[in-house]
Amino acid sequence: MPEREITYREAINEAFVQEMQRDPNVILLGEDIAGAPGRDDPDMLDAWGGVFGMTKGLVGKFGSQRMLDTPISESAFIGAAVGAAASGMRPVVELMFVGFCGVCLDQIVNQGAKLRYMFGGRAKVPVTVRTTIGAGLGAAAQHSDCLYSIFTHYPGLKCVLPATPADAKGLLAAAIRDDDPVIYFENKVLYETKGPVPEGEHVVEIGKANIVRQGTDVTVVALSRMVNVALEAADILNKEGISIEIVDPRTISPLDEQTILDSVRKTERLVVVDEDHPRCSMATDIIALVATKAFEYLDAPARMVTPPHTPVPFSPVLEKFYVPDAQRIVKAVMAVVPQKR
Amino acid sequence: MPIKKDRLKWIYERMCLIRKFEDHVHDEFAAGAIAGFVHLYAGEEAIAVGTMANLRDDDSITSTHRGHGHCIAKGVDINAMLAEIYGKATGACKGKGGSMHIADMTKGMLGANGIVGAGPPLACGAALAAKLRGTDQVTACFFGDGASNQGTFHESLNLASIWDLPIVFVAENNVYAETTSTDYSMRVPNIADRAVAYGIPGVVVDGMDVFAVYDAAAEAVARARKGKGPTLLEGKTYRYYGHFEGDTILYRTKQEEQSYKDRDPILQFHKRVLEEGLLSEDQLAKIDQQTDTTLKKAKIFAAASPFPEPQECLEDVYVKYP
Ligand SMILES: Cc1ncc(C[n+]2csc(CCOP(=O)(O)OP(=O)(O)O)c2C)c(N)n1
Ligand SMILES: [Mg+2]
Repeated sequence: MPEREITYREAINEAFVQEMQRDPNVILLGEDIAGAPGRDDPDMLDAWGGVFGMTKGLVGKFGSQRMLDTPISESAFIGAAVGAAASGMRPVVELMFVGFCGVCLDQIVNQGAKLRYMFGGRAKVPVTVRTTIGAGLGAAAQHSDCLYSIFTHYPGLKCVLPATPADAKGLLAAAIRDDDPVIYFENKVLYETKGPVPEGEHVVEIGKANIVRQGTDVTVVALSRMVNVALEAADILNKEGISIEIVDPRTISPLDEQTILDSVRKTERLVVVDEDHPRCSMATDIIALVATKAFEYLDAPARMVTPPHTPVPFSPVLEKFYVPDAQRIVKAVMAVVPQKR
Repeated sequence: MPIKKDRLKWIYERMCLIRKFEDHVHDEFAAGAIAGFVHLYAGEEAIAVGTMANLRDDDSITSTHRGHGHCIAKGVDINAMLAEIYGKATGACKGKGGSMHIADMTKGMLGANGIVGAGPPLACGAALAAKLRGTDQVTACFFGDGASNQGTFHESLNLASIWDLPIVFVAENNVYAETTSTDYSMRVPNIADRAVAYGIPGVVVDGMDVFAVYDAAAEAVARARKGKGPTLLEGKTYRYYGHFEGDTILYRTKQEEQSYKDRDPILQFHKRVLEEGLLSEDQLAKIDQQTDTTLKKAKIFAAASPFPEPQECLEDVYVKYP
């Protein structure tokens, strides 16, 4: 497939076009995903295309029957997406910011996640819930969480978190095609980032990690936007003669344990970089995985680089302190490698 | 009942202050001096001020993401508000909350709120506390047309009605929730019509007319104070700026915007008090000047204030956490 550079946002949009053309059962629901719903004025059509413009242009291509703007009623419309999925549709529903999940969690975790199991496997719920995560925009405590770890806690949900434009496209396509409920986490700081993305059909298998950079000294498992921060750290460390291997799990439920374990067996050192809250998190989960399945390979205690155990603060000064940066990764890596000098 | 002269002056002063504050924040955001999500209240002043003119200092309010006007009307210090919006250590929330979370518990201001529909349950709690303690404090719960489609709104109206909680639910119907107009998002013409389902009074007023809001709020507050339960009061209004700063506003027409600006709450008030001889030109001009000075002081205060120390990120999560 030929590739060209497009943004993370464009990649998401492209996946939608691809999947909506492919399958008429794919419908989108969410607040202002098109904009100005119900207005006849053609100039108003598509007034927003989503709060960050991810779904712009789709209503023009597919019509308002498949691009359903909703009232601010998350329990109702996310639950409706679950119900429609159980009834043969393939809905993609947007929860504008993951921090709003408290409003509608039952429909996701008690309905979407459990119907199949409770019904003895006699139901399937091919719904995709898209949501936005991440600090860095000064959006304060209720609009900056990551919270993906809590969804991995629920059996029955799959969770994917693309870090690159190519994965944004490929994982969204995979999420939509998947017959189980998938939560798709878009990092809002990544929308403008560019990268090579295959033209035409592109699907990234759910459950496959990506080795973003090969290395020999330390395995750095980094999630979502932290992959880019780890890449920055890798360049700094390179100058010190330290080579890190960056593993991006890409999907956290299921988790590609094998790729992580293989890498740790090779480097014998582990640092996990996770922007989510640090308790009961992907960071602790990955360290537990390595501690139980590859402990004998570890030459140093595993380290985690995470925000502190606080909500996300507003002030730019505080937010900068909160979000892990390259220097913190460098420090953690330096702490686990034997000093060369 | 005619409004006392001092109250009228206060009403004008607060409305002017809100408008000037919001215009300033708009300019500062455009200049890149303010981060994050900022939602401005300009155009809706009559609702916050007309309601708050009936509240006491020890009454409580809950607010929304569009909270600056509620804060100013409830008497939150504007120095601390502006400093908060810049993320300064002297801010109302020490820089932790920003525009969307300004609060002042000492003024009964239970916080601007980033979650649409989060206010009504909190208001039930504030009102329950007053009721259980046998005080006659009232809670005013501000929320938007969009929020009235949230389950929490309906659950709270039901709860407040069966417990006769001392609440005034104040719907600020500014026609839009982001880009979504009320003709699309609800089948009833008025939010207040929904009161029927909960057996409480539902009242619609012109939210651009502070006198109308004042009168309706006076009645609803009196009812709540007497222990007779909640009222759902709806003000029809308009936000002059976009949903948030940075909004391209492609979902409404210039004519529509103008039709509301023609009925601007501050200009209307100005005209009426002069026509009816309630306040003089001089009195109004003096208030106008005062508000300029107040805002100027706030700007100086905010600019001179330091940012928090980064380590302060770690504080205020718990009262105690060993
Ligand atoms: C639970 C929740 N859903 C969605 C949002 C995103 N959002 C923020 S403000 C807003 C519109 C609110 O409309 P309305 O209640 O009418 O208040 P207005 O902005 O008009 O003052 C939306 C959808 C949110 N903050 N919280
Ligand atoms: Mg509104």
